[in-house]
Amino acid sequence: MSGSPSSPLYCESMPITRRSCEGLPLTRRGLLGAGVSFFAWTHMPKLASAAGTRDPRFLTVILRGAMDGLSAVAPVGDPDYVALRAGIALGKDGENAGIGLDGFFVLHPMMKNFARLYREKQALVIHAAASPYRERSHFDGQDVLESGLPGVGKADSGWLNRALMALPKGDRIATKGGLGVGTVTPLVLRGEAPVMGWAPQRLIETNDDLARRVMDLYTHTDPALARALKAGLTADSLAKGGAQMPQGGGDPGMMARAAAGAARLMMKDEGPRIAVLSFDGWDTHANQGGVKGRLADLLGGLDGAFATFEKEFGAAWKETAILVVTEFGRTAKINGTEGSDHGTATVAILVGGAVNGGRIIADWPGLKANQLHEARDLRPTTDLRGIIKGVLASQLGLSAATLGDKVFPGSGMVKPVEGLMT
Amino acid sequence: MAASDGKARVALQRFGLGAKPGGYALRDPRDAVLAEIDPAKARVSRDEQPDTARGIQIVAEIEERRRQMRAAARQTAQATPAAQPPAMMAGNGDMQAAATQAPAMQPGEQAKTPPVAAPPPDPDGIRIRDLMLAEAKARIEQGIAADIGFAERWVAFWSNHFCVALRRGQIMQGVIGPYERECIRANAFGTFREMLVAVETHPAMLHYLDQRQSIGPASPAGQRQKKGLNENLAREILELHTLGVGGGYSQSDVTSFARILTGWSISNNEENLDGYGGFFFAPNRHEPGAQTVLGKSYAQPGKEQGLAVLEDIARHPSTARFIARKIVRHFVADSPPPALVSRLEQDFRKTSGDLASLARALVTSDEAWTAPQAKLRTPYEFLTAALRATGEKPDRVPQLLNALTLMGQQLWNPAGPNGHPDDEASLIAPKAIKTRLEFAMQVGRQVGGRIDPRELADQLYGSALGAETRQAIARAEARPQGIAILLMSPEFQRR
Repeated sequence: MSGSPSSPLYCESMPITRRSCEGLPLTRRGLLGAGVSFFAWTHMPKLASAAGTRDPRFLTVILRGAMDGLSAVAPVGDPDYVALRAGIALGKDGENAGIGLDGFFVLHPMMKNFARLYREKQALVIHAAASPYRERSHFDGQDVLESGLPGVGKADSGWLNRALMALPKGDRIATKGGLGVGTVTPLVLRGEAPVMGWAPQRLIETNDDLARRVMDLYTHTDPALARALKAGLTADSLAKGGAQMPQGGGDPGMMARAAAGAARLMMKDEGPRIAVLSFDGWDTHANQGGVKGRLADLLGGLDGAFATFEKEFGAAWKETAILVVTEFGRTAKINGTEGSDHGTATVAILVGGAVNGGRIIADWPGLKANQLHEARDLRPTTDLRGIIKGVLASQLGLSAATLGDKVFPGSGMVKPVEGLMT
Repeated sequence: MAASDGKARVALQRFGLGAKPGGYALRDPRDAVLAEIDPAKARVSRDEQPDTARGIQIVAEIEERRRQMRAAARQTAQATPAAQPPAMMAGNGDMQAAATQAPAMQPGEQAKTPPVAAPPPDPDGIRIRDLMLAEAKARIEQGIAADIGFAERWVAFWSNHFCVALRRGQIMQGVIGPYERECIRANAFGTFREMLVAVETHPAMLHYLDQRQSIGPASPAGQRQKKGLNENLAREILELHTLGVGGGYSQSDVTSFARILTGWSISNNEENLDGYGGFFFAPNRHEPGAQTVLGKSYAQPGKEQGLAVLEDIARHPSTARFIARKIVRHFVADSPPPALVSRLEQDFRKTSGDLASLARALVTSDEAWTAPQAKLRTPYEFLTAALRATGEKPDRVPQLLNALTLMGQQLWNPAGPNGHPDDEASLIAPKAIKTRLEFAMQVGRQVGGRIDPRELADQLYGSALGAETRQAIARAEARPQGIAILLMSPEFQRR
């Protein structure tokens, strides 16, 4: 432990600082949402990690906005895929080639690190997966994904926090608490278990997607504000040496910065072993692009975060599992603006040295009209809760009963998927 | 909100500082606004801040201690001359001061400005700027606490009409809050004449518009020092505070009025009857003799001469027209409806500038409720409304003030004595609107998943929310983004 017990973790001279956007210092009060208990770093018992003791780490990455699984891991072997995806389809070869995984699926070419990890059997794809949510609202979809409840409803705690609470009293992972990366604690981590927050300094600069949406609203409702905002954005973008107008989407570079910060905190002896990161910008309604473009940039950013995690965790990587989930998928068929609309099933991803990878878990439902959910979306064949339960069972040692009762209430019929971890 | 949602929006946005979550059951929006035409509502609810004399005293004390510390540091440096190069003399003290002041700076300002010789840290840790920050926090908190916020808007209007500016030196940090309380709030629903006299005799204004330096050429001091008039205050009273440009005054009126105002100064001595830092009439600087302003001769003795002019111009028809037009332009439309301006002008003349009556004339007019809600909210209104809507507290005042500055409305520090503009052409600068977007996103992130933006939009606007905005909010990819879209929507930005 490099800091003295009397100095809070965030005051150490680490390359990361406890600040939000534009250099605003974040207070603990500002970081922790209501109902989240104060995590007294200063009074934490110093736990020696004896050689050979297991010290697993588990991260959840939430892609907000509904990531298009059919672009990240494309079913090029499905005879209906190319027709549905027209201009943005990936191929087995040629100029739109993805990275072959198993002959049926190809990986988006921007995900080279993931491809390498897949070959090294440290990365796993779960396709046609979905939470129990079947409507198409981002807010509600994210709530169901994070609350772990069977449906929409007011929730003040998330499944990850309840998983921490379900650990035996004095358990090391529970004592170290959870880390929420961002200015507010995401719902999945909210609850009674101790939580801390941290945000990379420039996290909030990523509002190109917001700018695009507000521009869109102004274009229809307020031409004067539209002109002013457009000019403001253009000036900003020119100052940064970029294009004339932001094309939307999150900030790919931010993902690696957030990953680096989170990993360094989790590598501290006394640091948390559980973390949640949220990446925005996946709501690709227009011009989402194929091998290049908006979604490609985001996937590249996510892939960069995987490499950063691997590097920063070093020897601890072999005990690390990273779960990447999104609230729902997108329509099987692209829309009239080279994008895709809100859908249902999509991919979930597992990466890490602890992952029993190199394979794709998919009970492929097919892409014919009668095979699609409501004749438009990839039909879910895997309940995401089973995947998450499988990971929690391995990484945290929770029983199927606890998972089905406390962590995901009322989900006893969804069994933990076994064999996800080595 | 239901059938009267549109009216409720007028009450809360055109006249107030915005709706709060939970919505308002405004049975009668007009009555709700009228209820805030109340002198008690314009005063500060809990007055823990210093008054003008105390504000001046605190600043003076801090500056005096700094002088002493600098002197001590000089002596130490002279005792060991070869120890350090002169530029380094202040050493750590400078760096500490710079570090504590850094958060208050604008981004970029830091980079451009070379490190100046920052004053040594105050031994008690009180920075002069803290006085202003406490006042700003109180102002924003009062805006958040108000029911509708009309009294606060009315205060902000008059505070801007009779603006002084922080840029006029350290002393302003200590008097800006007391000035607004003692001159503007105390008279917000009194008479225009009372407010005018309070303003023009206040040390903040006498300092801001250089009246302390003005000396009557024929006065004893003028004869001795060969110094003379400074017309600044006299001119701005006529041009900006009362008659308005084209209000019928000439250069000779300005000069005569300036002569009349000589001797109006600030005491710096507790022996003066008005107290430390109060108004002080200096007879030996006052230009003797009668003067003619706007065709009327004023022969009163001493301070009474100036007060008599203020008394007359406060009731002048040009003042009635100028103030009426400015109020309607601020609250209703950049191009004010002439009939409404005329009605307010008549009310002003009829009541000799009763400000409560003027406010009632505005609020009870049909035009104020039917004119298109097209005016852009000022940055102060937008910021306060965003905090009211989301329940966020103004905990980080320097950052909030920085946001206001970047949106083009540095609190209590307009570029000139004409105050901050409130018209669309001035407020809609690209950088300013981009900053509104950034601020909206920041608020959205701070609020996080605590609030469902669809529910909030419904609570704030009910049926007054356009279909496009409703859809854009519902389609946001996450709640913080939905909140930001709501705050940036034309419904929220315009009033």
